[in-house]
Amino acid sequence: MDITRHWRLRRQRYALEGERCVHCREYIFPPRDICPHCGEEAGPLHTMSGQGEVYSFTVVHDPPTGYEAQAPYAVALVKLAEGPLITAQLTDVDAADIKIGMPVEMVTRRLRTDGPEGVIQYGYKFRPHLAVS
Amino acid sequence: MREVIVLGIGQTRVEEHWERSLRDLATEAGLAAMRDAGVDRIDAVFVGNMLSGQIAHQENLGALVADWMGQRGAEGFKVEAACASGAAAFRAAFLAVASGALDAVLAVGVEKMTETSGSETTAALASAADADFESVQGITFVGLNALIMRRYLHAFGWKHTDFGEFSINAHANGARNPNARLRQPITERDYARARMICEPINLLDASPIGDGAAAALLLPADKVAGGPRPRIKIAGSAAATDSLAVHDRKDPLFLSAAHLGARRAFAQAGVTPGEIDFFELHDAFSILAAMSLEACGFAERGQGPRMALDGAIRLDGKLPICTQGGLKARGHPVGATGMYQIVETVQQLRGEAGENQLSKARIGLAQNIGGSGASIFTHILKAE
Repeated sequence: MDITRHWRLRRQRYALEGERCVHCREYIFPPRDICPHCGEEAGPLHTMSGQGEVYSFTVVHDPPTGYEAQAPYAVALVKLAEGPLITAQLTDVDAADIKIGMPVEMVTRRLRTDGPEGVIQYGYKFRPHLAVS
Repeated sequence: MREVIVLGIGQTRVEEHWERSLRDLATEAGLAAMRDAGVDRIDAVFVGNMLSGQIAHQENLGALVADWMGQRGAEGFKVEAACASGAAAFRAAFLAVASGALDAVLAVGVEKMTETSGSETTAALASAADADFESVQGITFVGLNALIMRRYLHAFGWKHTDFGEFSINAHANGARNPNARLRQPITERDYARARMICEPINLLDASPIGDGAAAALLLPADKVAGGPRPRIKIAGSAAATDSLAVHDRKDPLFLSAAHLGARRAFAQAGVTPGEIDFFELHDAFSILAAMSLEACGFAERGQGPRMALDGAIRLDGKLPICTQGGLKARGHPVGATGMYQIVETVQQLRGEAGENQLSKARIGLAQNIGGSGASIFTHILKAE
């Protein structure tokens, strides 16, 4: 299910490929035709650093079909270091420890599975930033 | 543009209608509106609906509803704008009549949500969000509103319990509305102790889904003779969009499409926010009630909860809201909700709102939100 869709979005799902507007210099994720900031033609492509911080978060207890096995799980609005907000699950963290403003970084994880025969969809999630020692 | 009158209204109760199908509900509300108007032939029926394809595996609702209403041959099609589908159908009907293209147009909002299990309905509702960049992360519709509410609490310094009055007011009014899904009053204590469903949103912040249909029949003013009842004129009709995804908003804590629509509708109607007697707003979650009051100019940014705490939103307050229970207590059969708001606004303006009748109801505002603020339809109705 949705195989072509996930293939089409692979550079966003696996690498956070967005854009940086050549006209207003704002960052955009995901890529689009028209820059939402200045209204000019968007581009060129720009890969985000994957660093950001938690802008808001919640915990989903009543999941939609296809996500039952993971529940409960935390979902956040993450403010990327480049500026755009992105909706993503938080992983490798206790819900009780999540705070607004917490530094996080992108990792690639399993998003959902469509039964034993179905496709496994991978994509970005975010985890607490691991300090470099 | 011609002046447009709402001549007839109809509704079913909002509940779990196990014995009734989508077509039964739409037909009942539509025929009730035609009977109320004393009209037996219509030029068109526009059906506001969000989920029929996903839940009832039924599309092509224009033909279905026209046929079952005995109006085979009339123009008909479905109008979809997520939870704002009802008001979108009403606006389409308004534009058709105002333009002079059609005379008698019926707008019906209908939703049948109890055919499927909870997780399937949750997944269907999530289709109002951005499928590629929101829903794929397993975020639900209540989850998106929880993200907004938590940030709102953080930004403006409110406590969760400061939102309780929105739900208490809605339940108080819903208890007096025979068509409401939830008809029991709630207390501050109930609100504070309600089960958390998606922090910080608890069960009593959230509106219940349900099955239901509501309808209105529109005609040009010059085809409507005066009668004993006040004529209800559509004085303002406006719609605006914001980004589909919450994360793409310039400011996720401001309903800019509500602001734009309200500004346009006020200008068309020639009224200011201070002249609005009551406001049927889209309280799918209590946070949306607060943000709607702010976006439409009734409260300062971040100060929506203050109006609830001060009692301004009650039936005897400065700006009564959700006078028949709102989404919270009347219920939220998503694609029908916008038409329930219109029907309830007409009831107030006609003086037919029963136990919830306001002492002063001459100009009413109704606002229907699709998605988490992406498509918003604003209408001002006036009694004359």
